[in-house]
Parts: sequence; C-alpha cells; structure tokens
Amino acid sequence: MALLIEEKTIVVPGEEIAEGMDFLPAKGTYRQDDKIIASQLGLVNVNGRLIKIIPLNGRYIPKAGDTVIGKVVNIGLNGWTINIGYAYDANLTLKEGTTDFVERNEDFTKYYDFDDIVVAKILNVNRAKFMDLTTKGPGLRKLRGGRIINVTPSKVPRVIGKQGSMITLVKDATQCRITVGQNGVVWIQGEPEQEVKVVEAIRMIDEKAHIEGLTDEMKKFLDVKNDKVLEVKNDKE
Amino acid sequence: MTKNKRLDGRKFDELREMEAKVGVVKRADGSAMFRIGKTKAIAAVYGPRALHPTFMRNPKAGLLRCNYNMMSFSTGERVRPGPSRRSKEISLVTENSLNPVLDLKEFPNTVVDVFIEMTQADAGTRCAGITAAAMALADAGLIMKDLVSSISVGKVGKDIVVDLDKEEEDFEGGATDLPIAMTPRDGNITLLQMDGEISKDELVKAIELGKEACMKIFELQKKALKENYK
Repeated sequence: MALLIEEKTIVVPGEEIAEGMDFLPAKGTYRQDDKIIASQLGLVNVNGRLIKIIPLNGRYIPKAGDTVIGKVVNIGLNGWTINIGYAYDANLTLKEGTTDFVERNEDFTKYYDFDDIVVAKILNVNRAKFMDLTTKGPGLRKLRGGRIINVTPSKVPRVIGKQGSMITLVKDATQCRITVGQNGVVWIQGEPEQEVKVVEAIRMIDEKAHIEGLTDEMKKFLDVKNDKVLEVKNDKE
Repeated sequence: MTKNKRLDGRKFDELREMEAKVGVVKRADGSAMFRIGKTKAIAAVYGPRALHPTFMRNPKAGLLRCNYNMMSFSTGERVRPGPSRRSKEISLVTENSLNPVLDLKEFPNTVVDVFIEMTQADAGTRCAGITAAAMALADAGLIMKDLVSSISVGKVGKDIVVDLDKEEEDFEGGATDLPIAMTPRDGNITLLQMDGEISKDELVKAIELGKEACMKIFELQKKALKENYK
C-alpha cells in the first residue's frame, strides 16, 4: 500500500521499496508479487507513481541522442573509431564527420587525427550496442587544449544541475569553458589556476552527488576559492 | 568438542567475528573486502568490458567471469602460485552462485571480471569469496535481483555447527563441510557442496542453520554497502 523506504535513501539490491499496486517499477527496480524491489545500488526516487533508482556507480550505457566526449583511437577507410568509455568503440563515418568534400585518397587526419578529443552525438545504438556518431550539429566539434577529467556517468545530471544551474555556477565563478559529456567525460579550458579550481569543484560534486543542497555548498566552496570570503574553518570537511 | 561448546569456545550456531568493507580497491569498478574470523577475501570487479577470446561473446547478454586465487602466503603451508584444480573449481562454483542474481542483458558481448583474492585463509574461503564478490558487484552498479550471502555449515564430530574454522575442519572425530550460498530475499540456494558424510535429517537441519546465518551476513553486507556513501 505504501512506501517502505523514504525517498532519497540508499538501497541495496534486493531491498523492498514499496508494497501494493499503487506504485510502478521503473529503472533499477522490479516487481515481485505485490512488492517493488531494488535491483541496483542507489538512491530511491519517486516521481508520481513511478519508483526508480538513481545509481551511485556504474559504467556508461550508450543511448541514442546523447552528447559524448571521446578520443579517436583508429582511422579506417571510411571514417574514425572513437572510444567513448563503453566496452566497445563507436564509429564516426566520414559522412557524419565532416561537411567538406573529401577527395579520393585524402588524408583523414586533417579532420581528426589519432588521440584527438571530439564532442560527438550518438546517432543510433543497435541491439549489440554498435554505435554511430556524428559531429554535425551545434556544439559538436574537435576540442583543442584544456584538460579532461572523468566523473561517474550516473552523476552527470548532478554535475550539470537543473537547467544547467550547477555548471553555470562553476563557469561564471571561474571563467572557464566546460563541456560535459553524458559518458562522464568533462572538458575544461581556461586559465590554468582556474582550471584547477574547476577540477576540484567537479571532483567534489562527484563525491557528494547524493547529498542534498549541493548547489549552495558549491557556492560557498567557490567563494572561498575566489577569496571572496575569508577562509573560515570548514567543519564539513 | 564438549557438550555445548566448540573447540574455540563458540556456540554451535555462532559465527566468527565478521567485518565487511566496500570500495577497498580504488582502481576497480567495484570492490569489497569480507573477513570472517581469520579468513579474509578481497573481491574486485572490472567491467563490463570487451571480451576476449571473441568466440565466448554472447550477443544477448554479458558474461560473468570469476577468478578465485589463494595468495601464496595465505595459509601456514605456502600455496603454489598460479591456477590449480581447486581454484578452477571454486571459480566455477562462484560464477554459478552469482549468475542467478546478476542481469547483464544491458551489456551484450561484454564480460564482467571478478577477481577474488584470499589474503588469509582459515576455512570457508569460497563462502567469504562469494560474499565479498556479491558486494563488489553491487558496488560496481550492476543490475542484480538480490545479493548473495554465503556461509559454510557442517558436522563436527556429532554436532551440527555453523561457520567451521580450519581446526574444526581437520577434527579427528570426523568433520563434514557444507558450503552454502543463498539469495537472502527469496531464500533460494545458489551453492551447495559437501565434503564428508551427513544423514538426511542432519542435512536439513544444517541448511536451516545456514540460512539463518546467511541472513546475519546479509545484514552486514547491506550495512557495508550503505556505509560507503555516508
């Protein structure tokens, strides 16, 4: 009839979340008889009648429409192979990689060379998880300079925040350019000292993603880092 | 064995002192440590990742591959490093006991590697390994129907006991070792082996005791997994 566990608490696989037919199982949960049971380690999220689990860990599962950041690992006869952090690499065909007219026997490295970092969008994923990428579209490009860090893919929504609130906060405070891929790869470019601040800030989000009121905490953190307030003894650390 | 005490002074249904910790291997996708008495297992999960050799790939679901290893210094007598008939068998039964709860349909053609290292061994290593591996898999964020808890039960002399240690396993009056693993929610048994002799009634009683013990271990697993995010 009701929730057995409060919202936003951590559950382990096999833990009962709700009883009765009032709720429906969504991602990370399943129904057995009249109970809804967790099938993943994470936070309980109730949205209307739907109960889902926000996982705290796990590898990236590619989904069509995701914007990801990847690295060119191979150049073939008709495109590039890009590592996006999944078990298998994704394909970026020549057609989707560039709008230019490409001559026969032309050198592809003038578009994307080995080890180049690209922001790409996943066009489609088939059942065997073969992925096609595209770099045609707004914001999709090759990244030059800056630095790259990785966060847990399931925490990407937290890094971005509601309508990008968290990432805008960090961007404004540090004047850095930041691009977050759905696969958990974050690209940062700016003044070297500012870049370090962003790295620290994003690491903090990754560690404390399951804590509420993180945006406020981030504001304080950035103010301290930017010497806007005197560094008071931080009793939370 | 006296009337109501065991060789080390425990009660018949008493477990050894236990400790569980999650996230002990930093570079792994998921990891856990489980210690029961002097037996200590560390499990590390890597993946889902690309599977080689390719003929083992399954386009419908991912594969679970376990690797049980006793470190050379884990027992009194040095263990010869490298795979052995025993470690191969234990790797296999570990896989079989974890597979029923694990759902890898989201990761076709891939493999999830579980490495179980025994740093100290004092009987009940496969059970400690399975318990640690179940926690490590959950920590890796994989989809699981349930956890798996495991314990060895058995008969020492004439008594049915829970959680045998090495001294009891080598008891002169004869000992039967019966490792079991179960899913705590449904009480389904996923591992049941036996070394020794036991009667039907005793077997039923031993399994009942084992199930109770598994529930205690499950509570500890749950606590350890949650504590990692405090």
